[in-house]
Amino acid sequence: MPPAADHDATDIERLIRERTFPLPQRHFLSTDGLNRPQAEALLDLADAFVGLSLRGEKKLATLRGRTMVNLFFESSTRTQSSFEIAAKRLGADTVNMAPRNSSITKGETLIDTAVTLNAMKPDILVVRHSASGAADLLAQKVDCSVINAGDGWHGHPTQALLDALTLRRALGRVEGLVVAICGDVLHSRVARSNVALLQLLGAQVRLVGPPTLMPAGAEQWGVAVHHQMKSGIEGADVVMMLRLQLERMDGAFVPSTREYFRYWGLDAEKLAWASPKVKVMHPGPMNRGVEIESGVADDPEISLIQSQVEMGVAARMAVLATLAARLDGAEARCGE
Amino acid sequence: MASRTQPIAFINARLVDPETGYDGDGAVVVKDGMIADALHRPTIESLSEDVRVIDCSGAMLAPGLVDLRVKTGEPGAEPKETLKSASRAAAAGGVTSIVIQPDTDPAIDDPAMVDFILRRARDIELVHVYPAGAATRGCQGERLAELGLMREAGAVYFTDADRPIADSKVFRRVLSYAKGFGAAVAHRPADPWLCAGACATEGEFAARLGLPSAPAVAERIMLERDLALAGLTGAQLIVDQITTADALESLARARDRGVRATATAGINHLSFNELDIGDYRTFARLDPPLRTEADRQALIEALVSGLVEVVVSAHAPAPAEDKRLPFSEATPGGVGLETLLPALLSLHHDGGAPLATLIRAVTLAPARLVGLDAGRIAQGAPADLVLCDIAAPFRVDADKLSSKSKNSPFDGRRLQGGVLMTLVSGRIVHQAVA
Repeated sequence: MPPAADHDATDIERLIRERTFPLPQRHFLSTDGLNRPQAEALLDLADAFVGLSLRGEKKLATLRGRTMVNLFFESSTRTQSSFEIAAKRLGADTVNMAPRNSSITKGETLIDTAVTLNAMKPDILVVRHSASGAADLLAQKVDCSVINAGDGWHGHPTQALLDALTLRRALGRVEGLVVAICGDVLHSRVARSNVALLQLLGAQVRLVGPPTLMPAGAEQWGVAVHHQMKSGIEGADVVMMLRLQLERMDGAFVPSTREYFRYWGLDAEKLAWASPKVKVMHPGPMNRGVEIESGVADDPEISLIQSQVEMGVAARMAVLATLAARLDGAEARCGE
Repeated sequence: MASRTQPIAFINARLVDPETGYDGDGAVVVKDGMIADALHRPTIESLSEDVRVIDCSGAMLAPGLVDLRVKTGEPGAEPKETLKSASRAAAAGGVTSIVIQPDTDPAIDDPAMVDFILRRARDIELVHVYPAGAATRGCQGERLAELGLMREAGAVYFTDADRPIADSKVFRRVLSYAKGFGAAVAHRPADPWLCAGACATEGEFAARLGLPSAPAVAERIMLERDLALAGLTGAQLIVDQITTADALESLARARDRGVRATATAGINHLSFNELDIGDYRTFARLDPPLRTEADRQALIEALVSGLVEVVVSAHAPAPAEDKRLPFSEATPGGVGLETLLPALLSLHHDGGAPLATLIRAVTLAPARLVGLDAGRIAQGAPADLVLCDIAAPFRVDADKLSSKSKNSPFDGRRLQGGVLMTLVSGRIVHQAVA
């Protein structure tokens, strides 16, 4: 579908209304749970929201009266504010919880916190936690819709959605693209969610990184696994760099920062192996000079990194709107 | 626990006696806590009038189960499980002897602690309770515990339970020293460095779930060391819960060389595989972690062939607050005393494993391994018995278990095998409500 930015204000709202659909599942926990029509429909809707973000009056009433709680056990400025802005643009009330500063440190468990919050009847709970499966666990224990904003190494589905949206808008399609996901795949929830979603949308995915940072059995995910950057990004349309935690570089998984940069850090020289029109992505925050050179990250001709942040709000609006549409439908049925 | 209760005669039983390998019609008379008579025919003529006759109607009568690996929370973590609640669970599951793991708080690492457990068990008077002593002080893997004094006080074998003894010199000395007192040493074969922080078996599935995992070879690496040291010292090694096909090969080679190594298999590893942790089900978070289906099949095969001789419940109670957590943060382990027998029977019903072989692995084999007089049905043997309708179907409901903790990996599973009655020293300690 054509980008929505060219339409005028009423057109955008009409487009949003037309494209909003109730997501069949109550929660948004992983990209594995989506089928291709759902994923495409979410992207179409997100695309319409991009248009909304570009105009002066950005606020809608889709989520008016609804409450979204951000429950971030791991700090994240980017994702948390992205969700908050998305919810506010849809007219929701938002609350931010940083459990590190509250009773969670006094021995209260994740579940206790969730049950307490649940009693306050939020409509949507956005959760980030350092343990894989934390969002699934919460979803079993609360009545509201749960959105996974990152659980351990497992998943970060809204990141994958925004990455797909970014690609679709920048390159016009995802189908058929060769996407190389490079770096610390082992510890990356972004990589796992992207492998599932980009493959669903028809991309060819390669995973590139040192053997110590590659998950066991990754070749069974339908991807090509490469340990050298040259073969890994050769002819790639998109190079998606992953963040490498500094503590993993000091002899634990790789010998040193400089050795890592030498073999897996993205600079202009390595990028020359990729397709001439290659685009570079990074979920942020970047370790400049470690996994990516500033010259590459900041080159507007090739870097989609700023665009990813922009698309984050639209992608999250799409998820929120479809979950709310499901809530509306469920409530309407109760009222009958 | 000698009992002067009314004598009981069991008739029309399917008698399974692992000592003789008999599996057929039988009748048993129990008197004064002992088996007064055991016959390989359905009825007994000329019974005196004061005998209570129980018609088994073809139900299986077997020796009560001997479980070498039971954890409770006593002392130190009583809200999890006490010796009393564990004893009740054992009785309900047809388990008549349990061996308590020493990694309590404080650890069972001196004779006073051994005595404490035995004294508590006497007061509770349900099933036989035996402590395993710590191999090293505080189960810390550094300095020898008082193995001799604990042995004299009644510790039946030595182990540091879940914690592998990383230092080979320390483990060698534990083996040599224990051998001098005629005691076996159990050790968990797991390379502690490879396993650090892991909560699943390395592979495509764990990677997809994003769970920290350790490769299955971590088991073989440590087992090879243990087998070499058992060979060097001549001590009796108990391989605590072997789980991988790879390690089974190592075990077979060492036993062929004459190394005194006897392996146990956990009932959970005989019943579940790594896919059971899907959806981050913390009741299936176990230590060792669940393995592949090929490993599970190899383990069953090894049990049937006799390479693995003993099956344990690996009863490890964990209360809801320790399990209602993200998978990697949840406490590993599952309760198992009450489901051990029916879960084992499902290997017979579903997989065709011979009943007598399975029963032997939870009765005579563990009893002989640690020197307990149990696991046989013969005149003069202790009247520790279980009567079980091996075909009776039921659905495991964790909330109805006797354990204080309800963390059963079998929760919701359909099993066959209802324990009708459990006798300990001739006394009925459990009877199913009709």
